[in-house]
Amino acid sequence: MEFELSKPQQLLQESARTLFQRTCNPERVRELMETETAHDDTLWSEYVDQGWTGLTLPESVDGLDLGVVELAALMEELGRACVPGSLAASTCAGILLNELSSHDIAVSMLQEIVEGKMRAAVALHEEVPDWDPTNVQASLGRGAGQIVLEGEKTLVGGLLGADVILVVVWDENELAIVSVPSSHEGVEIRSTPGIDRSRPLGSVRFNSVTVREDNILGRGSAVECALQRMSRVGAVMACADMVGGMQWMLDAAVDYAKTREQFGKPIGSYQMVQEQCADMLLLIESSRSATYYAAWALSEDAPDALRAVSMAKAYCSEASREVGDRSIQVHGGIGFTWEHDLHLYYKRAKASELSFGDATYHRELLAKSLLDD
Amino acid sequence: MDLRLTAEERTFRDTFKTWLLANLPEGEHSGRRETDPDYMNAMRAWQKKLFDGGWAGVSWPKEFGGRGASPIEESIFLGELASAKAPERVGVIGEGLVGPTIIAAGTDQQKSEFLPRILDGTHIWCQGFSEPDSGSDVAALSTKAVLDGDHYVVNGQKIWTSFAQIADWCLLLVRTDPKAPKHKGISCLLVDMKSEGVSVRPLRQMSGDSGFNEVFFSNVRVPVHHLLGDLNDGWRITITALMNERANLGSGLYMMFKAAMDELMAKARELTQGGVPLAQNPINRQKIAQAYLELEIFKLNSDRALSQISQNAVPGPEGSILKLYWSEMNQRLVRTAMEVLGDRAQLDEFDQGRWIYRYLRSRGNTIEAGTSEIQRNIIAQRVLGLARSY
Repeated sequence: MEFELSKPQQLLQESARTLFQRTCNPERVRELMETETAHDDTLWSEYVDQGWTGLTLPESVDGLDLGVVELAALMEELGRACVPGSLAASTCAGILLNELSSHDIAVSMLQEIVEGKMRAAVALHEEVPDWDPTNVQASLGRGAGQIVLEGEKTLVGGLLGADVILVVVWDENELAIVSVPSSHEGVEIRSTPGIDRSRPLGSVRFNSVTVREDNILGRGSAVECALQRMSRVGAVMACADMVGGMQWMLDAAVDYAKTREQFGKPIGSYQMVQEQCADMLLLIESSRSATYYAAWALSEDAPDALRAVSMAKAYCSEASREVGDRSIQVHGGIGFTWEHDLHLYYKRAKASELSFGDATYHRELLAKSLLDD
Repeated sequence: MDLRLTAEERTFRDTFKTWLLANLPEGEHSGRRETDPDYMNAMRAWQKKLFDGGWAGVSWPKEFGGRGASPIEESIFLGELASAKAPERVGVIGEGLVGPTIIAAGTDQQKSEFLPRILDGTHIWCQGFSEPDSGSDVAALSTKAVLDGDHYVVNGQKIWTSFAQIADWCLLLVRTDPKAPKHKGISCLLVDMKSEGVSVRPLRQMSGDSGFNEVFFSNVRVPVHHLLGDLNDGWRITITALMNERANLGSGLYMMFKAAMDELMAKARELTQGGVPLAQNPINRQKIAQAYLELEIFKLNSDRALSQISQNAVPGPEGSILKLYWSEMNQRLVRTAMEVLGDRAQLDEFDQGRWIYRYLRSRGNTIEAGTSEIQRNIIAQRVLGLARSY
């Protein structure tokens, strides 16, 4: 039994850390957060060079064909450096397309995503956000030889700047995924800025958008399975991002506690401050164990993978909020300012907490599997 | 990263499981150490059986009669024992603490005198560390030993001593140099509990049972050849063994808590309130799921720590994170159980009073083996590098 990252996995993580130290320092993070898309072309081409746009995708589309553990190791570094942009959202789109790869168009889209020629976003949520895809309302209308998409999607990650939107809709009695170019007539995209400016969200309205039959990339149980896979991997990516962010928030608090003096001594010498830091470490290490176990279980298709994902997402969601609260408290006044970088992480943590189901949602999933027949 | 057991680890597990299935005594194995001689005899018999089967001292080196198991294998061993609800191991202090310390610091004579008798259950050991005035600050202990010819003469009192009522020997920390800094003036003695001047008084806990004792030493004469390690080096040689123990406890504790968790889930499905199963109440569902995930994450933390120890060979202060986690987690788990089960759980007749016992006993978890406050100090100061505050 080996619970640590293997040498190659560590190397991947270290190269990500080095890249972000070099190309994405806090000043750059703030600059990007001022933009609507938070997208950085230079950074994106680094991702393409490293193969990260196809990290878990098969070699047949020039992906690296690595597992969810490697993906988590990478996402932890994105979280640690608070890297802006849509790599995670685009990875979700890639996972979804890969699950639907019996479709030729899906395969050619994957190829373009890996090469960095296309960015895609998955549109699931609607007016009433719900992680259960069977509750979507958007639907395809069929009649007079035409297929028409009608509906509105909200809280779409990676939407602003995406070339293609993968829309979850009903097609008669089946769930389906339709790919719609963002520039298509009748597609109305709106920026919906919120708490986390590092990964902006958007909403999109489809006003009688005509869809070609071959743009329906899949339907029925294939789509349900694909969405499930995406949600599970997405939840683990969010956990890993939170683990990285939590580590940054703890490191910042400990560094500050060692240098900030009050009553003639570093505040880190006082037990009340030490307690905050010790509790943060416990929350982080537990989050890390849960996250990497879930990643491994997904990679191996372990029988308890579903439970492992829900446990990790429920735990990390609350832990990262808690670590953020405590880190601000240890920093005192400076931690509450715009000038300090802490709030960038604090805000990102809140968005991650909510993405792919919050703690309450995942505890109920877990309860279902434990308590219902 | 690969969380599957290796081929050797699987073989180890399967071999032990097969043995356990064939050798596990029948019936329920619980009782009160201090009042139930039948239970005591059964525990001694179980230790002997483990020894005869080659399952005593599993992590000890083979040359000292052990099995040479890795930390992960030892954890498998403890986990299997707990999940089979095997009897308590009466030799746990001897095997987990005393033996490894004698192996590391003992003379050849001490090794041959004590090690075989720990393994076969002839000697049951207790550890005399805590004192009434030195709990968290155990290095401030004041029980003293003074050299008198070829004997040390011991005077003082120990407290919270598990197994003392039945122990044959005691690994005793004593002050031998009152002028030295407190950690440097402590020695470790191997004391025969039948010596003249040793008396034991059971300490009744809030749960009603007496797992712990007070032990009094009045002019107890200990031969100099029962000094373990060098004079005034007692703190260093025992602390290593204690850290080892802290890290390896995980899997056995996990199985014990898991048994409670499983019982809670079964009860929540079976019992109703207002005609609705407790397990269908949305608030109960949230609480049960939270308790469950915290328990499973304890197992993951514990496996991760073992995996680190296997690679780095030395347990570090990180064991404090595990201790802090499981002690507070178990308190929350039992509190949740009492809340979910409701009014009936307060009665002795409900589940033979098991929930009351767990609820009350869990209060000790954040105090024994280093309080949560001490664990947080250790984490802050030795893991995170913040300044010492005491």
